[in-house]
Amino acid sequence: MAGPANSQELLAELATRPGHTNLRSTLVRWLLIAISLAFLGALLAAPLFAVFATALEKGWQAYFQSFADPDTQAAIRLTLTTAAVVVPLNTVFGITAAWCIAKFEFRGKSFLITLIDLPLAVSPVVSGLIYVLLFGLNGWFGAWLQDHEISIVYALPGIILATMFVTFPYVARELIPLMQQLGNDEEEAAITLGAGGWLTFFRVTLPRIRWGLVYGVILCNARAMGEFGAVSVVSGNIRGMTTTMPLHIEILYNEYNFVGAFAVASLLSMLAVVTLVIKTLVERSGYRRR
Amino acid sequence: MNATVRTPSILPGFGLTLGFSTFFLCAIVLLPLSALVLKTAGMDFSRFIDVITSPRALASYRLSFGASLVAASVNVVFGFVLAWTLVRYDFPGRKFIDAIIDMPFALPTAVSGIALTTVFAANGWIGQYLEPLGIKVAYTWIGITVALTLIGMPFVVRTVQPAIAEVQRDLEDAAETLGAGRFYVFRRIIVPTVLPALLTGFTLAFARAVGEYGSVIFISGNMPMKTEITPLLIVIRLEEFDYAGAAALGVVMLAISFVMLLAINLLQVWGRRRMMVRR
Repeated sequence: MAGPANSQELLAELATRPGHTNLRSTLVRWLLIAISLAFLGALLAAPLFAVFATALEKGWQAYFQSFADPDTQAAIRLTLTTAAVVVPLNTVFGITAAWCIAKFEFRGKSFLITLIDLPLAVSPVVSGLIYVLLFGLNGWFGAWLQDHEISIVYALPGIILATMFVTFPYVARELIPLMQQLGNDEEEAAITLGAGGWLTFFRVTLPRIRWGLVYGVILCNARAMGEFGAVSVVSGNIRGMTTTMPLHIEILYNEYNFVGAFAVASLLSMLAVVTLVIKTLVERSGYRRR
Repeated sequence: MNATVRTPSILPGFGLTLGFSTFFLCAIVLLPLSALVLKTAGMDFSRFIDVITSPRALASYRLSFGASLVAASVNVVFGFVLAWTLVRYDFPGRKFIDAIIDMPFALPTAVSGIALTTVFAANGWIGQYLEPLGIKVAYTWIGITVALTLIGMPFVVRTVQPAIAEVQRDLEDAAETLGAGRFYVFRRIIVPTVLPALLTGFTLAFARAVGEYGSVIFISGNMPMKTEITPLLIVIRLEEFDYAGAAALGVVMLAISFVMLLAINLLQVWGRRRMMVRR
């Protein structure tokens, strides 16, 4: 094999070898990076900045004033109440579902997993609709509920149920693959050594799944506080009574109260940012999604 | 009897956890969903067909499917570029970009809806440059597509990223040493490895987009027959107290969800099998 005759030819040959950067590959690299940044800039960064820019359009005073509105405060309270009920319930469900699916072999397991994932595939509007059909005036339980003066649809219980449906799979989906991968050995050792079921769970299982649990819970919480479609269908939009923060944004926006609408939106955007920060920190701690 | 249902284990809590999860699942998910199906089953069949094939419903399917299809396709192209950039290149701010990809998951849809409308309106930051070119985004099907692209983006990027990381660099290098050009390597090595992930990402983004409501209704203008998506039509039927009409359209949406779910599962099985053969 004839080698390169002089250093110039050697350099030219090196440039054609794989892994070597030349002018063209550098150009392609920066072009692709530029396309990525432009795409994210137009689709993600610009709208996010627009939220804060519009909220502060008339200055800080107008911004803070919009939170003095009692209806806005009621919306914030309602959103916090809903999340405070929904997130713990779905967390307990997620842990129990993950325990029985990951720790035991039984018939119909994959069917159960499919059913748990189902709400993710259903349109938010349909998620709200089903509760209206069930508990609304013409629904299955409508007449009975009216006789007993219980209101579910167009009231807090309906909002909670619809939110629960939408955020149902989040914790379970995070924990099932994690617990399946961790295996049963340590739990079996604990039981063999005489620990009870609860002690085993709190002292052996929980410490090992804690990051996956945090991950699932914060995503569940973000979705619970931000859900729009499902809640909009069941809430009836009674201002100051059954409007959560996202619904209140819609009302203010349709009234052309842009500072008010975007001020509430800025709170939810900050929630999204905090969620992403926690998520990134969890990933830094070594947790990897499966 | 019990042993035939499940493999024995010394771990406790099977009955308790299975019982609780099944009960919760039935109460929150299965019972309400069956209410929807039974409500529609109680409907006169010809009336059901009339409702779901009314011109307004057909126009809404066309829009929902068309815009979702375009949005998912745009996401396949840009999602691939994004995933490629994040896996293969190192540049300042890469970790930050990687973290904000998930923003559409965490950002409430109502917020992205009003924010996109503001940016793409005729006097918005981006809209003002598109308007002179004759491109109206807000209150047209293009705006709907933009909103659906935003919410579908992380699905494609997050599915394709691990697949690109799987592409064997030494195979690429070997091909280049043997004289293959970059495009040939891309077509014959990279695309076949990433294809199942791209298709799965496409289907996930499409499935999410078809049902999306919150981010669309602000930017769409909601003109009947023109910019009215199917979920919005369901809401309008409900506001008219036409429960049966809403339920019929809801069943159509639910059927679409099931088909999508099936497609996603089949794609994942296919992708896994391809991976197995390659190893």
